[in-house]
Amino acid sequence: MAISRYVLLVVFTIAMLASTAMSDPILTKVDRHVENPGPLIMSEVLLAFPELQAKNLAYLMASSHETKGKPKGSVVSLPIKAVNLDERPSAVTFYSVLLPKEVAAGESFTLDVLAVFTHALRPVPEHITQVDIQLVLYRDSVYYLSPYEVKVQSLTVKLPDSKIESYTKLESTKVHGSEIKYGPYENLPPFSLSPITFHFESNLPFAVAQELVREIEISHWGNVQVTEHYKLIHGGAKSKGEFSRRDFQARPNDRGASAFSFLVAHLPARARSVYYRDLIGNISTSHLRVDSRKTELMVEPRYPMLGGWRTAFTIGYGLPLQDFLYESEENRFLNMTFGSPMIELVIDTLIVKVVLPEGSSGILAAAPFPIKQWQETKISHLDIGGRPVVVLEKTNVVPEHNQYFQVYYKFSGLSMLREPLMLISGFLLFFAACIGYMHADTSISKSSASYLAKQQWEEVQVLIQKVQNVINRCLAMHDNLEASLRDLSRTGDVQACKAARKSADGLLKELSKEMKPLLTSLQAYSSAAQILPKVEELVAKERELQEKVMLKHSTAVEGYERKSGARDIDHRVALLQQKITALKQEVDDLLQFIDDI
Amino acid sequence: MAAVANMPVSDLLKSFKLKTKQQELLIRVSILCLVYILAFITRLFSVLRYESMIHEFDPYFNYRTTLYLTQNGFYDFWNWFDYESWYPLGRIVGGTLYPGLMVTAALIYRILHFLRFAVHIREVCVLTAPFFASNTTLVAYFFGKEIWDTGAGLVAAILIAVCPGYISRSVAGSYDNEGVAIFALLFTFYLFVKAVNTGSLAWSLASAFGYFYMVSAWGGYVFIINLIPLYVLVLLITGRYSMRLYVAYNCMYVLGMLLAMQIRFVGFQHVQSGEHMAAMGVFFLMQVFYFLDWVKHMLSDTKLFQAFLRITVTCAVAVGTIALGLGMLSGYISPWTGRFYSLLDPTYAKDHIPIIASVSEHQPTAWSSFMFDFHILLFLFPAGLYFCFKRLSDATIFIVMYGLTSMYFAGVMVRLILVATPAVCLISAIAVSATVKNLTVLLRSKNKGVQTGSTKGSSSSKASSKALLDQSQPFQKNGAIALLFGAFYLLSKYATHCTWVTSEAYSSPSIVLAARGAHGSRVIFDDYREAYFWLRQNTPPDAKVMSWWDYGYQITAMGNRTVIVDNNTWNNTHIATVGRAMSSYEDEAIEIMRSLDVDYVLVVFGGVTGYSSDDINKFLWMVRIGGGVFPVIKEPDYLVNGEYRVDKGAAPKMLNCLMYKLCYYRFGEMLTEYGKPPGYDRARGVEIGNKDIKLEHLEEAFTTSNWIVRIYKVKPPNNRW
Repeated sequence: MAISRYVLLVVFTIAMLASTAMSDPILTKVDRHVENPGPLIMSEVLLAFPELQAKNLAYLMASSHETKGKPKGSVVSLPIKAVNLDERPSAVTFYSVLLPKEVAAGESFTLDVLAVFTHALRPVPEHITQVDIQLVLYRDSVYYLSPYEVKVQSLTVKLPDSKIESYTKLESTKVHGSEIKYGPYENLPPFSLSPITFHFESNLPFAVAQELVREIEISHWGNVQVTEHYKLIHGGAKSKGEFSRRDFQARPNDRGASAFSFLVAHLPARARSVYYRDLIGNISTSHLRVDSRKTELMVEPRYPMLGGWRTAFTIGYGLPLQDFLYESEENRFLNMTFGSPMIELVIDTLIVKVVLPEGSSGILAAAPFPIKQWQETKISHLDIGGRPVVVLEKTNVVPEHNQYFQVYYKFSGLSMLREPLMLISGFLLFFAACIGYMHADTSISKSSASYLAKQQWEEVQVLIQKVQNVINRCLAMHDNLEASLRDLSRTGDVQACKAARKSADGLLKELSKEMKPLLTSLQAYSSAAQILPKVEELVAKERELQEKVMLKHSTAVEGYERKSGARDIDHRVALLQQKITALKQEVDDLLQFIDDI
Repeated sequence: MAAVANMPVSDLLKSFKLKTKQQELLIRVSILCLVYILAFITRLFSVLRYESMIHEFDPYFNYRTTLYLTQNGFYDFWNWFDYESWYPLGRIVGGTLYPGLMVTAALIYRILHFLRFAVHIREVCVLTAPFFASNTTLVAYFFGKEIWDTGAGLVAAILIAVCPGYISRSVAGSYDNEGVAIFALLFTFYLFVKAVNTGSLAWSLASAFGYFYMVSAWGGYVFIINLIPLYVLVLLITGRYSMRLYVAYNCMYVLGMLLAMQIRFVGFQHVQSGEHMAAMGVFFLMQVFYFLDWVKHMLSDTKLFQAFLRITVTCAVAVGTIALGLGMLSGYISPWTGRFYSLLDPTYAKDHIPIIASVSEHQPTAWSSFMFDFHILLFLFPAGLYFCFKRLSDATIFIVMYGLTSMYFAGVMVRLILVATPAVCLISAIAVSATVKNLTVLLRSKNKGVQTGSTKGSSSSKASSKALLDQSQPFQKNGAIALLFGAFYLLSKYATHCTWVTSEAYSSPSIVLAARGAHGSRVIFDDYREAYFWLRQNTPPDAKVMSWWDYGYQITAMGNRTVIVDNNTWNNTHIATVGRAMSSYEDEAIEIMRSLDVDYVLVVFGGVTGYSSDDINKFLWMVRIGGGVFPVIKEPDYLVNGEYRVDKGAAPKMLNCLMYKLCYYRFGEMLTEYGKPPGYDRARGVEIGNKDIKLEHLEEAFTTSNWIVRIYKVKPPNNRW
């Protein structure tokens, strides 16, 4: 493509906002009125930047000016691509803007171009003391560098303050407060240049993040965790000499005026568990304002940032998953803003890491501007192979880059259960191991005396347990008998009562039969010698109790049969009852005693 | 309705009915679990109040070394020569620290990472002390069980879990050697007592390893290596020598000594230093005893044996004395160190080693702090001693000796309350457990009688049984109940006191200061970290920072800059040089600072906030320590009639020394309090005496927002043409 073939008439109005609220960037807004004088149909426009500016160019956007009637938000940006032209000197970089419609000969078209430059303001002098004010220098050309012939051009420079140290005076210069106007100039040949410089006061914060790493971690349990590691420097004039806290506290506006002491991060609405810390711990100077539409975090570095001072910190917050993740079956995509939530920040290198859950596949990242990207893995809690990480890197990032980017991936919902299952099985294994250990016999020597004694003792305990069981069943039988007596007094059914006694008698006999082999085998153990007398006593007492209960039962039944009065029966039974109570107590005590061994 | 619902439940309970023993086991295990958790969470106040951070001074060094260990591996750590401290001397870190704590934390970190818990090493370090405190409660339980019974063990576990004396050094974030060392100390003692009780080689081997862990963790191991021989000696004297003791002590001593030599910082001290000689002496004495026993066994004639005994004992003592004397004279055995002397004699440090005396935690203990740290244990301790003497055994003799000796040391130095705490808790636990047990036995015997009477007996038997009981024990039941309630009241008071102390006094990280604002809100002074982080970010990486040694560890750990002196006070002369610079006039000081390559000077100043532990209040110690090495500095020069002042009446040398100038530079213009003249020092409550301070060779580089830390830059020398 050769430019010289076109004779293009361009009308320029350049409005330059030299560092508005920005720290370092220069915004250039150009309204271009493009007229095609023929003879060819034109479909693209070339934008040219000198090397000095091209190096600092962070963001470039062109939009059609025709959408005047539409609201401001709906500006459609036109596709821009960098082009290499062989015929022109390498000191100029070209970008070509594809026009939405072809401009025929004689037609005209108006184009808005927005270019943002970083590091274009140079502090002069480079070192200042706390008392000095910060002055910066900006260089540009009064003529807009253009490969085309320019019909009319004018330039407006807006400076942050009306305190201007010096500026290049040309014949057609007008100054209105902080605004300087050059032009209009007419009929300029292509590539005309005429340098101008501005030297002016600027105490705006020059916050530059030399590196910002944003880590966005997705958890399908409902959270997107964003962690941002900032490495910040004050990019203005470097401070020299004393820093007096006394002066800074007493007169902050003229002692250390160029210092900035806080930054504001505009977090998405519903951000939660926000933290602000650095390498050595939490930083307590931050304020969080929450309303329904946004969350505003004001962070104050540990110390005021004077020129050239550095700091580093981390902010982190959680976001609700459903606000940022869109899914259909297994296909999901994350839609988040790319840049930092701090809108007054210029970022030299921005690295965005999107940590996807373990087991994601088919990962694809898409951003509205060219970026470098690659993949890593990160090992976090309960990971086996690590989580896939998409890393996006971009240099020279300005707030205009705060646009949405997308990461598409596939993730099955069942994989979510992996980690809980792992934890559950881990605990299960632990308990199983404990059970296994408790039941395993870990003694080395199976024939040592102490081991044998221990084993014998265990056998004895099993036997005693059996004895206790039998006794307890006997006691339960006694209770049954008592209950039948009570029934008798209520219903007067003598036959049922007798039957109960008969069956109880039989069972008790069976139980005593059961007891015999137990006692004899207990006698065989030497280690049971101590406890044996007690057991025997217990058995004897129980038998006595049994007899007494039987006796009581038969007496009571007899009394009933003879139709004697309740009082009479009570009287007869009373003595027996006393004995039974005493015996029961003794049996209980003995059981308790044996239990305690 | 309720009865119907209850029926199946009671049936179910019956079918699952646990034996008394099982019930007891269940209760015991659940109590222990609860105590374990309690010991951990009661130490988390600091994390909740502030954040998960490392506290105080020494823990920062430990944290830094742990970080190094996890990043560079064990061998690099072992061979680490640290250029960042003690400039220009440097410090051989691997050979001058007790690595137990760092290795433990790094191991926990590795294990967690192996199990895929991606925690930060800082969290591990912060929670190491509470974790070991929890383990200590378990050891206390087993120890109590060994010396008394399970009840005493349980009570001991509960008491030690919340005892402020221990909590003071083991809150979350207090990442110091003591955190694991108290666990190791108690564990070693427990294993040794177990070994003595059983005579088992396995237990005494275990105690040797426990001792090894203790040696690797803390310099306080000297207490073990002197207490155990002393205990053995007492047993020998009281005629309790046994084969069990012989096995336990010999195995523990020989193996423990060999293992301890593997720690570079300890090296051959076990055979070369005077502090360890008692153990060796007792070891040889033990052999003599064994030999005599054997001879006695062989000789049937008692007269002959008496003569033999006399000769052998004389010879043994003579040989021992000569060996010791020769060792001392030839310099093979080093004499006792100053630290050891200062432990035995509270006044020693004040006269001879100002650097030890200057540390507040090395001061003799005030009564109030005993009360503060032990509360009711102070009264229970003698009661426990009474019970111990009543049931004298090898184990109780041990705990009595441990209690008494450590109580003495606790009286000498505030920080040694920590060592006494386990003993006090154990002995008090014996008192509580024995008392409560006696009372409940009384109550239970009676209850049973009443129960049988009321439920089963007829009216006559009920009356008779009641009469019987009343007859035998008049008012005993009521008395027992009253006493029980009293005991529970005391114990609950103890629990509330401990919680209060933990939350109010021991949970402050001391690096972040908190105060109550005018409206009752909490104001945080985070000036230390502000300054350290400024140093880290805004000074050249090889800058050398001069400050008083207290802040050395923090500057290297948080500021990542080289310091001249730090909390490892191994070189008194170097510290004295810094003290001298601080107490000289500026033009004299600049010579010293240039010779030390100092780039920045850091001072801590509390005049604006009223923070009293600042450098002006520590200044006399700098003068003393500096004057101890350089006689040019004389303490009286800084005093007026023996009084230390900073106002107009202060000594001229004081008003013009470097420390004064650096602290009060431009402070004279400052209004600190309403209704007071400018330059009113709130920490000392006076108006300063020198308001017009000019600095010639230094310039203010940074002052924190509350003026607590002030950093000055040493200006380069002026151009001479």
